[in-house]
Amino acid sequence: MHTTLRVRRFNPEHDHPSAYYQEYNLDVDPGDSVLDGLIKVRETIDDSLTLRCSCRGAICGSCGMRINGHATLACKTKMVSVASEGEIIQIEPMNNMPVIKDLVTDMASFWSKIRQVQPWLQPQGPPPEAEYTAPPQAMSHLHGVMSCIMCGVCVSDCTVLEVDSQFVGPAALAKAYRFVADPRDSATSQRLKTLNQPGGMWDCTRCMECIQVCPKGVVPMDKIMSLRAKSMAEKIPATCGSRHAEVFTDIIKHKGILDEPMLALRTFGLKHVERLLGMIPMVIQSVLKGKVPLSGPLHRPLSSIRHIQRLFKRARTKS
Amino acid sequence: MKYAFFPGCVSKGACPELYQSVMQVYPKLGIDLEEMTTASCTGAGVLQEKDEKLGDMLNARTFALAEQQGLPIMTICSTCQGVMSQANHRLITDADYLQGINEILQEEGLTYRGTTTIKHFLWILLEDVGEEALRQRITKPLTGLRAAPFYGCYIQRPTEALGFEEHPDRGKSLERIIEILGAEVVDFPGKTRCCGFPILTINKINSLSMVATHTQDAKSHGADIMVTPCPLCHLNLDGMQSQAAKQEHTTIDLPILHLPQLLGLAMGMDSKSLGLNRNLISPALALARTSIGL
Repeated sequence: MHTTLRVRRFNPEHDHPSAYYQEYNLDVDPGDSVLDGLIKVRETIDDSLTLRCSCRGAICGSCGMRINGHATLACKTKMVSVASEGEIIQIEPMNNMPVIKDLVTDMASFWSKIRQVQPWLQPQGPPPEAEYTAPPQAMSHLHGVMSCIMCGVCVSDCTVLEVDSQFVGPAALAKAYRFVADPRDSATSQRLKTLNQPGGMWDCTRCMECIQVCPKGVVPMDKIMSLRAKSMAEKIPATCGSRHAEVFTDIIKHKGILDEPMLALRTFGLKHVERLLGMIPMVIQSVLKGKVPLSGPLHRPLSSIRHIQRLFKRARTKS
Repeated sequence: MKYAFFPGCVSKGACPELYQSVMQVYPKLGIDLEEMTTASCTGAGVLQEKDEKLGDMLNARTFALAEQQGLPIMTICSTCQGVMSQANHRLITDADYLQGINEILQEEGLTYRGTTTIKHFLWILLEDVGEEALRQRITKPLTGLRAAPFYGCYIQRPTEALGFEEHPDRGKSLERIIEILGAEVVDFPGKTRCCGFPILTINKINSLSMVATHTQDAKSHGADIMVTPCPLCHLNLDGMQSQAAKQEHTTIDLPILHLPQLLGLAMGMDSKSLGLNRNLISPALALARTSIGL
């Protein structure tokens, strides 16, 4: 198979360092990984190409990079899965972190955010004679999240981190969930209160990029949603995020469909009246443009609302 | 081609022009619709933050209703599509889970057998109406119009639940439609990213940053307009665009069209019947520049 690797290069030691793309033509075995291709480039064409790798088996998490626009592990990505014969494969360093050189990124902020969620067990009471134990069935739901190899791929493609570097990010939140949901941990409430702060669990957009790119099936966004559910169940002080979810659910329970004005009114309430006032120009403009709900300004409930309400009741009874 | 039509809350609420435009175009495409007037909201991923199983139960009820109608479901919202696809994926890949949900549904006289297919209007245009038939309906090709696609997260990810393995072209379907309508596709990195709407309530600054980033990016790549199959994206990209521009101390003025509005223009329909007068950023100037006009 013939292919061209189009690699984003950057050397900070140049007199006027700036990123550029360089193309390498090579013949590869279709079953080769993109990492195999890059190593071949480095060994046979250009020994200045810099990348980070180690195990070549999707275990060490070193070779995270963007291939054709999406972050992934180069060792786990077959050439044939990203290009056909003769097609160009574009390879770039991970996003949302500074580039040190070529495909090597500085993961300092990644590690700092992991530390920020205190990724260690915080049990209560006198320590046991041996290790802290838990029955297997109480830990089995954590298998997925414990598969995280800290490769940074989810952080690279996080849409919130693109606009806000203060967001704690999907990897750290998934790690936080791993301890919040650990039956041996006693700091659940405090952890949730910390994650409830701006930049924490409620800042995720639910865009699912992290679910899509994670090479180990950690599904970070699902863990973030579980953190949100736990914080609401534990009655952690409400944020606009939790009120939004609570009010949304309540509206569906009472009307079957969404009532957007009611959602805004009840989510912000008097506590955030400035947000409501800030919406007035947009609301006036919308009304003037004729953007009036077809279901009427009061959003009448569905005719089937009794059925829907019985489902809500039965769901609560069953759970 | 008959479908159980699931319009979604927003096309009946804050984006009535979406409902209006799809009502205009569908009869001329050989599509027949039977609206699901008793189906509940999908939960939009928000109700699922509180209780995913409750969300799956509400959606299973909708799927069971479609089974009773003997019809596949048509959606016109990326978020409805994605939330329903994910719920359906969980239900049909876990027999025990489906049985547990059915035990509750049966008390309402319903059972979901797992046979309902859920398709966005965007996919129906290519997979069911077909490119050839669609071309025959184009009476006013959008020649000279540079259109940037903007999908909405839920119709792009996760690909497993959305059936991308079976239908790999779904990932590029919006570009294909733009080409068929005679317009030029403006490719830009943000087309599959987040519009910011889900965090508008929680972090308005970040939400508006996303609006500004994507609309400015599309413009800098040469777009005259942007088109989206998601009314929630539309609410943010159109409705909040002026505030986003203000936050970034700039002007943007990129018209955002709903997919059926763009389609209707190419089918020769007038702008008022497509509800284009209801879009907050008027497309009149952009379309006039390309000799399409309104």
